[in-house]
Amino acid sequence: MKKKIANWGNYPEMESDERSFSFNDQLEKIVKEEGSFVARGNGRCYGDGSLGKKTISTLKYDKVLSFDTRQGFFECESGITLDQVLEIIVPQGWFLPVTPGTKFITVGGAVASDVHGKNHHVDGAFSSHIVEMDIMLGSGQTITCSMQKFPDLFNATCGGMGLTGVITRVKFDLKKIETSYIKQKQVKAENLEEVIRLFDEYNHYTYSVAWIDCLQKGNQFGRSILILGEHATLDELNEKQQKAPLALPKKKQITFPINLPSWVLNSFTVKAFNFLYYGKNFKKIIENVVNYEPFFYPLDAILHWNRGYGKKGFIQYQFVLPLSAKQGLVEILQKISDAGLGSFLAVLKVFGKQESMISFPMEGYTLALDFPVRKGLFEFLDELDKIVLKYEGRLYMSKDARMKPEILEAGYRDLAEFKSVIQKYNPDGKIHSVQSNRLLLTHK
Amino acid sequence: MATVLILGATSDMAMAIAKKFASEKFDIQLAARKTDQLTPLRSDIAIRYHVSCSLHPFDAAAFETHELFFGRLDPKPDVTVCVFGYLGDNEKAMNSWEETQTIIQTNYTGAISILNIAARYHSSVKKGTIVGISSVAGERGRQSNYIYGSAKAGFTAYLSGLRNRMLRENVHVVSVLPGFVYTRMTEELNLPALLTAKPSALGESVLAAVKNKKNRIYVRWFWQWIMLIIKMIPEPVFKKLKL
Repeated sequence: MKKKIANWGNYPEMESDERSFSFNDQLEKIVKEEGSFVARGNGRCYGDGSLGKKTISTLKYDKVLSFDTRQGFFECESGITLDQVLEIIVPQGWFLPVTPGTKFITVGGAVASDVHGKNHHVDGAFSSHIVEMDIMLGSGQTITCSMQKFPDLFNATCGGMGLTGVITRVKFDLKKIETSYIKQKQVKAENLEEVIRLFDEYNHYTYSVAWIDCLQKGNQFGRSILILGEHATLDELNEKQQKAPLALPKKKQITFPINLPSWVLNSFTVKAFNFLYYGKNFKKIIENVVNYEPFFYPLDAILHWNRGYGKKGFIQYQFVLPLSAKQGLVEILQKISDAGLGSFLAVLKVFGKQESMISFPMEGYTLALDFPVRKGLFEFLDELDKIVLKYEGRLYMSKDARMKPEILEAGYRDLAEFKSVIQKYNPDGKIHSVQSNRLLLTHK
Repeated sequence: MATVLILGATSDMAMAIAKKFASEKFDIQLAARKTDQLTPLRSDIAIRYHVSCSLHPFDAAAFETHELFFGRLDPKPDVTVCVFGYLGDNEKAMNSWEETQTIIQTNYTGAISILNIAARYHSSVKKGTIVGISSVAGERGRQSNYIYGSAKAGFTAYLSGLRNRMLRENVHVVSVLPGFVYTRMTEELNLPALLTAKPSALGESVLAAVKNKKNRIYVRWFWQWIMLIIKMIPEPVFKKLKL
């Protein structure tokens, strides 16, 4: 069916001929029929990955194949979304080993982006928890791969943006929980220096992330709230919570009704928002027990929050710099502050070690910022790219809609190897997206 | 625990109906020609909803097997839902008796064959519900799909007669005329979004109709009025329309 598609950033938008399937043999038939295509999940990456003139939607391919409630293994078709997985596993005392900031992504998408969460420094990225998975190549052939079986295919698929083939089945491990609650601690930091020190001080926490106000100057430059968490144990719950320790959160969702005009977000309104957000924490340290939903997925409560950035959409810019490059963070935040291009959401996180072919995470500081698309933005981001490269960092492909191929090349050491694995399994670039063509990963 | 039998379980509508009933703790029997396609759905339903789910090979066009098929079901269903259907290609059917026959046998003869057997069982135990998924295409023959439409018209008439007959046996019959639904069957058609329902909405409507003993339902309420208007167009005008 022909339809207009865009990912979460609403930039770019394009017309696509989308096909769907419920069964493996249907997918095989479609894959063999089509001259070219790219698989697409719930469209929750931000840029132009998974966009193409021909797309195959995995959303109807969403069945649970097995759930080992003793050992904690979950096996499913790739189109199931994490919110559905949580509804199944949480009441049985299990949790996702790694989750990004939204539960509305598919398991296939979690693999293709090799998503990370607030626990990366402890548990790694999603790929560290995959037992095995099936990939259907452009020829219709299916290969089962893991870190041991077809490791080249496995490594190029984790974080590979769907370019090796269609991820069809994934088996991964789960995390045991006693309750569905999180013991949360919020610590205010006066400036960037302090929040970086606090990350270090609290690095034994399983979950940690900081929200940064990037419009502050002087000795308040980079003031932040560090958010830490642990899965709560039974005795940490209050009496009421203890009655149903594994309760699923109540569904309270509101929908962002319209695209806001783009002038609504300006440095004044963003400043006001940040003032309120920072100011709501009166005390230096706040501790409480909350359900997992507000802790992991605060923005999921507002469906279509991306409309807040207006019709033209927005870019989420996420990069990582090595631990030694603190100065780079300062330089980039300074540049953003000077340009007055602050964003609602600036999220800082420290990654642990990760060795991978094309996945985004590597040990260091990662910062994610939203910028509404407007005149001059791309030139500005090109400037930021230069700083990222100077400090030997790199950008996240799942968020990207505009980086130049040489930026990708300079950031990812194993890019040549990645390209050669794509050549091997997707020889004529039959599987390609707008992004893969733009970044010269495939040729068309 | 009540059991629901889904005949023609590989369609999008059937899968949505199965999931909806499973979410209300019905045990599920999935019957289809290609049961191997349904192994994932079976595990999915069992794991998500903690109900039992079984697979049963069934071919709507193989009438001679229907008696044996139903006889082997254990337990026997409390609700029998007949979902299978085949839109076919009207132009192709004009020139191919084989295609025409497939359309008629899937949508009419096959459905009647299996539902006669189910009706006999339900009336023998004096309980149960039969649901038939027919089509608004059966309300008035149109140039684009009148072979399918005429088979569905026959099926709709059958269901209404069966409902009448089964009342005294304490068996209820629901006729479902879905209107446009986003499914594989309609994937290539350009359906107007306002008039088109998701399969999950159909699942909800069918469950509600079974619970509330509705006789005849459309998934979206306005289809009743659309069809009323379509039926009221005088034939001299209607024959000139390109619907």
